[in-house]
Amino acid sequence: MSANTASYQPVPGSKKDDAILVVDGVRRAFGGLVAVNVDHVEVPRNKITALIGPNGAGKTTFFNLLTGFDSPDHGTSVFNGQRLDGMAAHKVARLGMVRTFQLTKALSRMSVIENMRLGAAHQKGENIFRGLIAPLWRAQEAEITARAEELLTRFNLAHMRDELAGGLSGGQRKLLEMARALMVEPEMVMLDEPMAGVNPALKQSLLEHIKGLRNEGRTVLFVEHDMDMVREISDWIIVMAEGVVIAEGTSDDIGSNQAVIDAYLGAHHDSDLGGG
Amino acid sequence: MKWDLILSNSFYTAISANAVAYILVASGLNVHFGYTGLLNFGQAGFAAIGAYSLSIPISRYDWPWPLAVLMVVVSSVILALLLGIPTLRLRADYLAIVTIAVAEIIRLFMNSVRFTWLTGGNDGLQGFTRFMENINPFPDDGITLWAQKVDGYRLWLLVTGWILVALVSTGIWALMRSPWGRVLKSIREDEDAARSLGKNIFAYKMQSLIIGGFVGALGGMWLVLDKQSSQPQDFSTTFTFFAYTIIILGGIARAKGPVIGTMIFLFVIQFVDITLQQATRTTPTDPTPLLPEWIVDENNFSQVRFIVAGLALAILVIVRPQGIFGDKREQAFDVR
Repeated sequence: MSANTASYQPVPGSKKDDAILVVDGVRRAFGGLVAVNVDHVEVPRNKITALIGPNGAGKTTFFNLLTGFDSPDHGTSVFNGQRLDGMAAHKVARLGMVRTFQLTKALSRMSVIENMRLGAAHQKGENIFRGLIAPLWRAQEAEITARAEELLTRFNLAHMRDELAGGLSGGQRKLLEMARALMVEPEMVMLDEPMAGVNPALKQSLLEHIKGLRNEGRTVLFVEHDMDMVREISDWIIVMAEGVVIAEGTSDDIGSNQAVIDAYLGAHHDSDLGGG
Repeated sequence: MKWDLILSNSFYTAISANAVAYILVASGLNVHFGYTGLLNFGQAGFAAIGAYSLSIPISRYDWPWPLAVLMVVVSSVILALLLGIPTLRLRADYLAIVTIAVAEIIRLFMNSVRFTWLTGGNDGLQGFTRFMENINPFPDDGITLWAQKVDGYRLWLLVTGWILVALVSTGIWALMRSPWGRVLKSIREDEDAARSLGKNIFAYKMQSLIIGGFVGALGGMWLVLDKQSSQPQDFSTTFTFFAYTIIILGGIARAKGPVIGTMIFLFVIQFVDITLQQATRTTPTDPTPLLPEWIVDENNFSQVRFIVAGLALAILVIVRPQGIFGDKREQAFDVR
């Protein structure tokens, strides 16, 4: 376990002693609108980091830039020593950084177990020629299925195993998406609003699942609006507003940060956004 | 009304070498649209390429037939690459636009006066089927199936064609139950999700386009082997939409779907056609046709058959929206 997050400087762009992801000068403009303009951010390894900010702050765009779903105008991001900028999304995922989506993407007309199996990496049968000959991939398929069933049990979806994913409730889809991402065995999990549209009872279990990810050694970066949840589970919080990182810190630091309060309450017209 | 003739001829149409061609063209489209969600509106183009890659080398340049068949493979792969490279990274609609345009370009090229020296123009090409005739083991006068006469060459094409259908359908079935097929289906459902799980969706879409296009080219080849003539008008966009009708009838994304879909489709059309033909016929001895002339007469029944057949197919789709082999549960969810 690396150092406690309380030892980090609570300022935008603060250095972490063991950062899994380092972002430098990443900028993305849509026409005249600069959606993301992040100077320097480090995401600590094996921690739960929340990315918060008012609507339109550029959080989801930033997520897209990191995971290869969009490419920055300039700037670099380095994941585990590997440069990611300009890399295709599927390659980023193969490196061990897997994302979920704000609007869940369950593969509706495939069964829950097929959704799960799809997630597994390095499948021999995904090659067209080997796919044609079942004995070449049967053994691996059995292993994958066993792992998928284990995860389904952990995420309370085992009873839905053979249902089509389109038949799941909104909350179950969130669970399925998270479980499916874990099939890739990612080092870092990127969750885009995991709590959106989830009922309070399920929220609690989702929280436990996210903590579980950290406990098994993964890094979590998530976008969220639900401040109770952010306060409860995050080790570190990064705040964005208008495309810029305006604050970083633990939940105690952020609660008392004037720039954050201004950003949320709209008082920033007369204050310095860069201030801490 | 000679019901034995009508029924035997309709049944034969549903299993003939011509039906084999439709099955193959629809099977290829099923790989594209049914499994991968690729909106290919130019399957007729792949069929045309298959037909002419066989007929041009043999008729015009006297190539040995194995080389011409190899040409069918090579040219269908090239066409898939040409279509796929610029469009598969874009949204689905672009592939639809490009494929329908390219299919028409191919047909108009085959039809053009300027290239008649190569393609035979409007008259098409003949005399490229000798290799099939030479290895035909059946006697020329063939057999009689019920009341339907089938000549030896057509019987030979029917038998070899169904062997080909069995091979292709089994191959598609085997691929689609594999993890490879699972990736294709995930692209159909949501390509961003597949991408986020580390799948190189461009490569998979391209493979799908190539496989389906190749199978479609085999279908085009069988079509012209059956007609013993390759003509551009057989490859109009109607052909593509017949293939869509067939896979929807049979059940989308089912390996058996195109087979049963084709048989129903061709049976209904042929049955309506010759029934109307008989019902509107007048002879000197019997000048009043079975159906009153104000409904339909012998000059317009060939248009009416598509109206009646279309109605029959529409009813079938209303009664069984998932197709013959489809899964009803899948209909419950939003289909893009």
